[in-house]
Amino acid sequence: MIREYKTVEEIVSPLMMVRMVENVTYDELVEVELHDGSIRRGKVLEVNGDTAVVQLFEAAAGINLADAKVRFLGHPLQLGVSGDMLGRVFNGMGQPIDGGPEILAEEYRDINGLPMNPAARDYPNEFIQTGVSTIDGLNTLVRGQKLPIFSGSGLPHANLAAQIARQAKVLGGDAGNFAVVFAAIGITFEESEFFVSEFKRTGAIERTVLFSNLANDPAVERISTPRMALTAAEYLAFEKDMHVLVIMTDITNYAEALREVSAAKKEVPGRRGFPGYLYTDLATLYERAGRQLGKKGSITMIPILTMPEDDKTHPIPDLTGYITEGQIILARSLYRQGIHPPVDVLPSLSRLKDKGVGKGKTREDHADTMNQLFAAYSTGKDNKELMSILGEAALTPTDLLYAKFADEFERRYVNQGYDENRSIEETLNLGWELLSILPKAELKRIKPELIEKYWPKKD
Amino acid sequence: MSGKVVKVSGPLVVATGLSDANMSDVVRVGPQRLIGEILTMKGDAASIQVYEETSGLGPGAVVETTGAPMSVELGPGMIEGIYDGIQRPLEKIVEKVGANITRGVEVSALDHEKKWEFTAIAKAGDKVVGGDIIGTVPETPVVLHKIMIPPKMKGTIKELKSGSFNVTETIGILTTEDGRDVPLTMTQKWPVRVGRPYEKKYPPVKPLCSGQRIIDTMFPIAKGGTAAVPGPFGSGKTVVQHQLAKWSDVDIVVYIGCGERGNEMTDVLREFPELKDPRTGESLMKRTVLIANTSDMPVAAREASVYTGITIAEYFRDMGYDVAVIADSTSRWAEALREMSGRLEEMPGEEGYPAYLSSRLAQFYERAGSVECLGGDERRGSLTAVGAVSPPGGDLSEPVSQATMRIVKVFWALDASLAYKRHFPAINWLNSYSLYLDTLKPWFDENFGESFMQDRTKAMSILQQEANLNEIVQLVGKDALSPSDQLTLEVARMVREDFLQQNAFTDIDGYSSYDRQGRLLAMILHYETLCRDAIAKGASAMKLFDIPAREKIGRAKSVPAEDYVKVYEEIEADMERQIEEVAAQGGEN
Repeated sequence: MIREYKTVEEIVSPLMMVRMVENVTYDELVEVELHDGSIRRGKVLEVNGDTAVVQLFEAAAGINLADAKVRFLGHPLQLGVSGDMLGRVFNGMGQPIDGGPEILAEEYRDINGLPMNPAARDYPNEFIQTGVSTIDGLNTLVRGQKLPIFSGSGLPHANLAAQIARQAKVLGGDAGNFAVVFAAIGITFEESEFFVSEFKRTGAIERTVLFSNLANDPAVERISTPRMALTAAEYLAFEKDMHVLVIMTDITNYAEALREVSAAKKEVPGRRGFPGYLYTDLATLYERAGRQLGKKGSITMIPILTMPEDDKTHPIPDLTGYITEGQIILARSLYRQGIHPPVDVLPSLSRLKDKGVGKGKTREDHADTMNQLFAAYSTGKDNKELMSILGEAALTPTDLLYAKFADEFERRYVNQGYDENRSIEETLNLGWELLSILPKAELKRIKPELIEKYWPKKD
Repeated sequence: MSGKVVKVSGPLVVATGLSDANMSDVVRVGPQRLIGEILTMKGDAASIQVYEETSGLGPGAVVETTGAPMSVELGPGMIEGIYDGIQRPLEKIVEKVGANITRGVEVSALDHEKKWEFTAIAKAGDKVVGGDIIGTVPETPVVLHKIMIPPKMKGTIKELKSGSFNVTETIGILTTEDGRDVPLTMTQKWPVRVGRPYEKKYPPVKPLCSGQRIIDTMFPIAKGGTAAVPGPFGSGKTVVQHQLAKWSDVDIVVYIGCGERGNEMTDVLREFPELKDPRTGESLMKRTVLIANTSDMPVAAREASVYTGITIAEYFRDMGYDVAVIADSTSRWAEALREMSGRLEEMPGEEGYPAYLSSRLAQFYERAGSVECLGGDERRGSLTAVGAVSPPGGDLSEPVSQATMRIVKVFWALDASLAYKRHFPAINWLNSYSLYLDTLKPWFDENFGESFMQDRTKAMSILQQEANLNEIVQLVGKDALSPSDQLTLEVARMVREDFLQQNAFTDIDGYSSYDRQGRLLAMILHYETLCRDAIAKGASAMKLFDIPAREKIGRAKSVPAEDYVKVYEEIEADMERQIEEVAAQGGEN
């Protein structure tokens, strides 16, 4: 039997203290019934003797200390999952908000999930073609990878994410069952609507599960939103054999909600006021991506975060970068030059690219040309900088060719717009075309036989 | 006697009624018998860090002490295994509960069923002391597991037999000095937070060959030494660590994935069995023990994982082996320490880390060393410790980096800007250092001639000059430099691109032997000497830079291992001839 307590002693949003409780356990789900019958939810953060500290998921406004009835439900926060979730829209707490019927759950799952045993993981190595040259050619995405987009306020990360969601496909036979799980974490209505209309336009909405916590929804709810989304994704991937792409935006809002709760708990703050366990907390989200041995499905994750002041060393991007398998960084300087998508190629990275490219996956010349393009672009950018200080005369003819290469590379390779869907062949051939601006002898990172085979024949 | 939980706050649990428990005892908490460790005692109340998720635990739950500190089980069967931070075999856990780790799983660290072929070396009547080897078990084709008398034991062997045993069966009997008969098995238990004893420590004198040019030639680490690899994310820390784990010429590698990505551990687990050790021809996995406490696994067990790893390593060192411990990453370990310290409401030191951070780090690294093992046969073993550091924002002024730098002798500073240029390994040659250069010099001189170290010094000085010259180039352009300075820049570029850069993902370049490293660097420096002479005689620098042999030097890294001696000689001959030709044309530009 569930007992009701009317012993709320203190509320300092989002924390609530309840006295004289019995048999309460850590992490348990809590319901608070207000005098008008409405229900607010929370979880147990700490039990000390007969006192429970409860963190509310929703706003505390309207709770009366004397009237409120508190019930401890004996289990942690759960999400009822089902294959019928596809095509539906939920709020940040997992309740349908699209006017449709309640979901008949096939199973209830703890939204915190359980750590995946590294011995049971299968290594991600299947190439995903996103149709974006800077990703496919240089920062290759593979199934089961977590590859965040580091953006800044005002940059078109949403367009890039939508482009990836629209164009992503696996080469070869096994296209598999594809689904998108989208978690809107504290973003504006307009931004969320952009994704929704984009999914509707392409028909992807039927294969999408949306969890929506908008900017005006309670901040503490944001801590549950990505976990709801990932619980649904895990169910679809590992029970329903689907290849799930999880897009979470914006992780910065998530981390700020975490900081808010931490501050309320009066914890010792770490860098920039974020709690010391931010790394561990983010890891429990990101590490839920992956593949499992013996399972057909996979979870590929693209978290989006806006770097405060475009600063990559800010704790949120910094700790994210330490957990995720690479990062796609958008650059304001490219955006201002009208280059779309403004992917800053040099600091971007996909750690799993080496496992996803090469013969049988993309093409034999992929790894070598990838390295050569990086190196040449980097040299070219250095030379351009030198040129702007010293003038063209200070550069050798080869140096000038590198500078030209860098310009052409940005203009043609990076700048492809949001509607062009390039096959990997097209991307690789374009790479060769650009490399042929340089003298052959400069291509030290490419095997001679590959140069022989792929060097563009010019008339 | 058992206690009762009174408070639960995340991984920290307070229980009363534990007056008979000792500090640091392992306890079992609640109906699921979660594993925990006592951190503080106040009266009969103990603060316990629980190594598993505590959700569902509340006041009133029963706590029992096991009466023993956190220990590992040491014996045959650890190699090729993958353990979590408290030595639970992860593969067994998959079999038992599936792909996700549930709570309260009980699995023994070693396989208690498997039979091993034990061959006795000692015989009845032998007087033995702790550390003496009494027999061997061929654990894998490359590791001969030596069964030792546990430290602190002493006596006469009453009985010992060869044969097929599992790790719990008695293989013999030891009569101690006070006349008690003690059964001997192939296992020992050892508390992880206490270093295993040894006879004597020596300064390390032999280098650890990792096959990585920037490490072996430029910043070598000694067997028994300590090193740190700090770097911002994306600079290739993990690749450097993996390369060390793969190619180091040690007998045993213990790889600790501490709070890092699950996929990285999977990578090691899937890739190592496929790779062949260049020295033994056997799979690399056959000498590797993995400890994986990934970032999504409970944070308290992460704190324990580095101790579990290093204790296993010490055990193999005690057999007289060269062992390397590779910990990725010590920053995550320090964060776990900080999290527990915060929950204990201790007064924080710098950036919220506990005040004892640096002493704990020092204690960890000090367990490395080149030692004479316990036992009568004066055998030597070594334990090399390499730790990755993940400084927030790449800023080395933070407490973990600073505390580590005070302790370790080798520092391989990873540099994000090199990584952006795809210069890998992205170890910055100007910021890195090795304090073993002097102690290792005699070994290098003896084995590869004095030229090896001289070449290294010369290459370093060229790289240093390049850094100085680059400042001038930024102001006045390359053309304003004298031909001799231009040559320095050109040779520095060769050292960087043709020598220091090394592609970990290719079969040939992934591992480079000492001899090959020496020859390659000598060739580049020989080019420098010849060109400098030619320039002094008035030859055109531009033409010297364009000789065809240059491109061949650039590709010398990828010459197959069986041909390189011959090919390098050919390149040198070509180079000498071509430089002579340019010199003969004289100074017309």
